[in-house]
Amino acid sequence: MPVVAIPALIRNLTDGEESVTVEGATIREVINNLDNLYPGTKTKLCEDDRIRPGIGVYVNGILTKVGMHEPVEEDTELHFLPAISGGIVGSS
Amino acid sequence: MAEKKEYKVIGTRPIRHDGVDKVTGRAIYGADFQITGLLHGRVLRSPHAHARIVSIDTSRAEAYPGVKGVVTAQDLPAAEDKIADLGEGAVSLKYLCDNILASDKALYKGHAIAAVAATNPHIAEEACELIDVEYEVLPPVLEVRQAMEPDAPILHENLRTSSLGETGDKPSNVASHLQHKKGDIDKGFDEADVIIEREFVTGTVHQGYIEPHNATALYNPDGQLTVWCSTQGAFTVREQLAEILQYPISKIKVVPLEIGGGFGGKINVYIKPVAALLAKKTGKPVKVLMNRADVFEGTGPTPASYITIKMGATNEGKITAAQTSLVFEAGAYPGSPVGAGAMCVFAPYNIENVVIDGYDVVVNKPKTAPYRAPGATNAAFGTETVVDELAEKLNIDPLEIRLMNGAKEGDRRADGPVHPRIGFIETLEAAKEHPHYDSPNGKKYHGRGIASGFWFNIGLESSVTINVNPDGTVNLVEGSTDIGGTRASIAMQAAEVLGIPAESVNPTVVDTNSIGYTAVTGGSRTTYATGYAAYEAAQDVVKQMKERAAKLWDVDEDNIQFTDGEFSSINGKEEQISFRDLSARLGETGGPVIGRATMNPAGAGGAFATHVVDVEVDVETGKVEILRYTATQDAGKAIHPSYVEGQIQGGVVQGIGWALNEEYIYNDEGEMTNASFLDYRMPTCLDLPMIDAVIVEVPNPGHPYGVRGVGEVPIVPPPAAIANAIYDAVGIRMTELPMSPDRLLKAMGKI
Repeated sequence: MPVVAIPALIRNLTDGEESVTVEGATIREVINNLDNLYPGTKTKLCEDDRIRPGIGVYVNGILTKVGMHEPVEEDTELHFLPAISGGIVGSS
Repeated sequence: MAEKKEYKVIGTRPIRHDGVDKVTGRAIYGADFQITGLLHGRVLRSPHAHARIVSIDTSRAEAYPGVKGVVTAQDLPAAEDKIADLGEGAVSLKYLCDNILASDKALYKGHAIAAVAATNPHIAEEACELIDVEYEVLPPVLEVRQAMEPDAPILHENLRTSSLGETGDKPSNVASHLQHKKGDIDKGFDEADVIIEREFVTGTVHQGYIEPHNATALYNPDGQLTVWCSTQGAFTVREQLAEILQYPISKIKVVPLEIGGGFGGKINVYIKPVAALLAKKTGKPVKVLMNRADVFEGTGPTPASYITIKMGATNEGKITAAQTSLVFEAGAYPGSPVGAGAMCVFAPYNIENVVIDGYDVVVNKPKTAPYRAPGATNAAFGTETVVDELAEKLNIDPLEIRLMNGAKEGDRRADGPVHPRIGFIETLEAAKEHPHYDSPNGKKYHGRGIASGFWFNIGLESSVTINVNPDGTVNLVEGSTDIGGTRASIAMQAAEVLGIPAESVNPTVVDTNSIGYTAVTGGSRTTYATGYAAYEAAQDVVKQMKERAAKLWDVDEDNIQFTDGEFSSINGKEEQISFRDLSARLGETGGPVIGRATMNPAGAGGAFATHVVDVEVDVETGKVEILRYTATQDAGKAIHPSYVEGQIQGGVVQGIGWALNEEYIYNDEGEMTNASFLDYRMPTCLDLPMIDAVIVEVPNPGHPYGVRGVGEVPIVPPPAAIANAIYDAVGIRMTELPMSPDRLLKAMGKI
């Protein structure tokens, strides 16, 4: 199952877990399932069913531009980090 | 996986394709651009660092002879408080618009308030003086610690601290807080035998590009808006214009002219929307140029910062824990590069226990903009100074402690991702093996320092088309504005695939109507990502040319091979034809061949650098002389080594300026008092020795030739390397940038 690295600021919602394995074939499914396991996590990561502005999703260390539709595989590792675009670097 | 191998074009040093136009003065920059009926625009800027705008009366200016139009924020579409979608960079539309023309508050001296279009620039400037603005002057806040105080003047009444989905309940100058945690920080410090904790302050620094911002805009009667300008990315200008002007993106064409430097500072727009508003109001083309003071006061510098670093290590030199608080100035509106600083701050080292906190804080200074590895230089100044101090306390060579703890492939960064194949250790080894490192350095007041740095690099979108000419040359069309020789480095990658000389590729940078979407020239991405697109477009050409050869010889195209610029049949017919000769026969085999590719490559790979510097400190004046400088850097594969060396040398020079001299100097009213190149002291060639650039090549597996971005990381180590050298020379740990003569004299107790 995909592994979600839990951002430090919301580990209070995951009993302190730094990473959890969650089922799902897309980032949307993974986040929805994460929210089922740890209620409240989705609202921290998403706004209006999209990744929050200012957050970038990294799939196996690579920033995805597809967002919620991005397919993930069994051993995919997901990170939620400050969003970055070509030289424009935003804060969280 | 890319492997080291021999190439015919890659790794050579051809003359750049745009060189003749540039050295003969024929290249067209924004200030050169002319068009019939041109009007000239000038921007009125706030004299106050923090003020409420009570009223603006433009009537006297509008009545001035020669004035054709005046605009204020009232001419911008009403900016709802919504998020503007700029691809990946999501920002508040109100903030974006208010930074173009202030609506309710002036938030820094130099903030644009209104603009005039007139028949010549002098009339426009005079008319600006006739605009009556009534301000309610407010106290400014100019420093992050001051801005975080509970009773600090508030810049934005509606700004609340955002912390990953949590929003504060009262107005604050702290726009956001981020945090990364890895391992158990308390356990890590418990395991340490030596712990060093220090505070660092860095100044506000400008990119210092030589060419000021410029823009010429024209609205056609059919509603088509065309903007000619200097920019690092025509497509991002188009996106920003569409959002700010609330205008259909399909009706905007952006034409990038030559660019006289950017370093990150020519991504955000300032006067381009103003030129467009004036063009719309007057019905004429309008050119707006900045002068140097406008550039300093009205465009984004890189942030000042306040940083704490705490690191612990065992007696054997193993770093067991690292903790930091990075507090970055955002300038007038949220959006400092603290996120990137947090990604980079401890990235060179494999440390089990880490806590990183980052704060984005608004202050009454221009909204910050990217500058070469944004955030990483500030962060490395702290980390690399503390690592040096750890090495000293533990009596370990400063290169050895970095070799002992240096990150390698598979090590997890504190912010989460795992390093792919990287070349940090190789840069350390190259520095260690360089004759500089073991050379004598024992003179009084002479010192040697080393420091390392990391920048993650990015990929993003690039598009390239290649048209084959009948004489065997090709025209390569790209959307990446060429700041540092990328026409050459991109053309060379196509040439390598096609088996033709670099000179047989004619690269052209075109407007937004003439090529597929291409992200900015920034993030050290252009030779990597647009080069990758050129590689793929050339592969597309080869595929189509194989089909033509097959048609010519009446064989199956699977039986055509292409090697060293020659197509040949491998089914026994012994046919052979060169790329050039086949190019002449496209007409008879089906017509023109156009290769195309659009890429969003995922494997940019990180870049590392290690620098060694020798300095001499004049203990009477506090002046620091750079005696010798060696910079080793992993370039993955240097496509054009001269331009890689140039990027390394340029980055080092800017880092030296940041370290020793450059800063915005403010008075208590928030006025920058050194807004000229006479008083904002950038290094010149007279201040510096030749920078010895050592290219290390650890191929990036995410690129067919192994390319890594090279443009940004060389600015990261210099301030820390020089601080460490100063310590070696005079025994003083400098923790504030710039390490100018007065600061050094104060630190030495001389004044």
